[in-house]
Amino acid sequence: MGTLEVRNVTKDFTIRNGLKRSRLRAVNDVSFTLEPGKTIAIVGESGSGKSTVARMIAKLETPSSGEILIDGTPSAHRGRALAKYRHNVQMVFQDPFASLNPFHSIRHHLERPLRIHGRAKTNAELDRAVEELLTRVNLTPAAIFAEKRPHEMSGGQRQRVAIARALAPGARFLIADEPVSMLDVSIRLGVLNLLARLQREENLGVLYITHDLATARHFSDEIIVMFRGNIVERGPADDVILNPQHEYTKLLLSAAPDPRNQGKLRDEVRSELASTSAASGEAVGVRDRFGTAGL
Amino acid sequence: MSTPTLTAKPAGDAGAAPDAVPVLTARNVSIEYQVSPVVRAVKDVSLTLHRGEILGLAGESGCGKTTLAYGLNQLLKPPALRTSGEIVLHDKDGHDIDVAALSGDALRAFRWDKVSMVFQGAMNSLNPVISIRSQLFDVFDTHRPGMSKKDKLDRSRELLELVGVDPNRLNSYAHELSGGMRQRVMIAMALALNPQVMIMDEPTTALDVVVQRGILREIMRLREQFGFAVVFITHDLPMLLEISDRIAVMLQGEIVELNTSEEIYRAPAHEYTRKLLASFPSLTGERGAFVRSGEDSGDNTGGVA
Repeated sequence: MGTLEVRNVTKDFTIRNGLKRSRLRAVNDVSFTLEPGKTIAIVGESGSGKSTVARMIAKLETPSSGEILIDGTPSAHRGRALAKYRHNVQMVFQDPFASLNPFHSIRHHLERPLRIHGRAKTNAELDRAVEELLTRVNLTPAAIFAEKRPHEMSGGQRQRVAIARALAPGARFLIADEPVSMLDVSIRLGVLNLLARLQREENLGVLYITHDLATARHFSDEIIVMFRGNIVERGPADDVILNPQHEYTKLLLSAAPDPRNQGKLRDEVRSELASTSAASGEAVGVRDRFGTAGL
Repeated sequence: MSTPTLTAKPAGDAGAAPDAVPVLTARNVSIEYQVSPVVRAVKDVSLTLHRGEILGLAGESGCGKTTLAYGLNQLLKPPALRTSGEIVLHDKDGHDIDVAALSGDALRAFRWDKVSMVFQGAMNSLNPVISIRSQLFDVFDTHRPGMSKKDKLDRSRELLELVGVDPNRLNSYAHELSGGMRQRVMIAMALALNPQVMIMDEPTTALDVVVQRGILREIMRLREQFGFAVVFITHDLPMLLEISDRIAVMLQGEIVELNTSEEIYRAPAHEYTRKLLASFPSLTGERGAFVRSGEDSGDNTGGVA
């Protein structure tokens, strides 16, 4: 099976401010290769360009330069060839409350891509395909879930529908942009485990875009760290997390909450304040002034 | 529901240091949304908040944590209604204020002065069409009518400095500030009258981790300096474990476990607490060791969505 390759991709956005125009380089010379059966995580903060990379791969943005190749051939930007590309590459969006149409049943959401991509034609074929898709994402009994509308389902169930919809055209590569950040914490792992199982059992290539280092580590083979449009560090997941090289990766890691550091922040703050006791004395004075005299 | 693990000690006091002085006590508070059918959002909750303490309130969407916070501050609007229970603020000058009985001008004077709040989505709670200065001045105009313009200006600049925002940004509008700065301004506003209790409802949820860390540090530092107590509401249990003194875990309107952070982390007593803890993969621990349940688990909990 082929690969999905991102080669030297750059994206510039034009910013208009009155009559002035300036250019913002959102993604700068990014390259990586996604293989079937592997998960790559792109981590970074807002504005790092990670979502722009995802959107370029999903053909929602056009790269300013560089190429996205599938099975070694450059991907098209329009027409039949683009439709063919979309058979293979599909996206799962962040917000399952916004990405499903409240008017339509789950069946409708799944039948449309099946029809458009020519995966099923007759009603019997469609029924069978919908049932199979829902079963693959553990929404069973499929017959009942197919008739529901989005508002009748929980966030986790909706995100499973979004994954099923992405799988409907027969996608071999899934681009998941923060797929669990809108979900309750106790159901996040369920959705991530589902992606992991699909990746493993169906040999899917998954690009997992996230700001959460812990799940990036546990659910991916490789981690790419982005900062202001550039890849600053990449490597096997455990290496990047346990032995970070770049300053920015270290900063991200030190900022992640760690339940084992109980009271550490408090003690740090206390010793900081103690060492600048003059300053804190001043602040207490301020408090007195406004606690009483302020009246 | 399984039985709460609270002991019969002073209600909602589990895990507190023996010398702790209470500042806010909630006893047997129940809150309903009077829609049809009635939603019992908070069921018989008792909590004691001590001076200078950070109390974490953990739970998922729909568990009632925000409703409880609004109840503590007498902010509920119909159809929400507190059906039972009492909320008492033990003022630092010695007398107790029955929060639940406040209304009208007395309530107006109480809010923000004694108990202030940093709202959920605080990033978007600033008024976009008036400057930061006017919004800070609003607080003083309402609560300290005698203050001179110069005092207000001095205090506003000082507040921004306290939260790490350049005082020259006073004339800025919300859209000119980054998310982290807006959040800091909200905290400055909550600090303005030097309250004894600050309720923070998901104050860092929409922020990047590095910015979040900066804000947490700021909150911890300000607490050391000014000694206010914090009710910190979030679903991010690892973060709560790191910063709180005690943690209350809420599930479907009830507090199912309340204890010190150490105990919650070391020996979680309630099944739901264990499940929440197991939902967070450890960043640096054994790879894969966190997956304690299958992929189907847990899709059916989480209360009223």
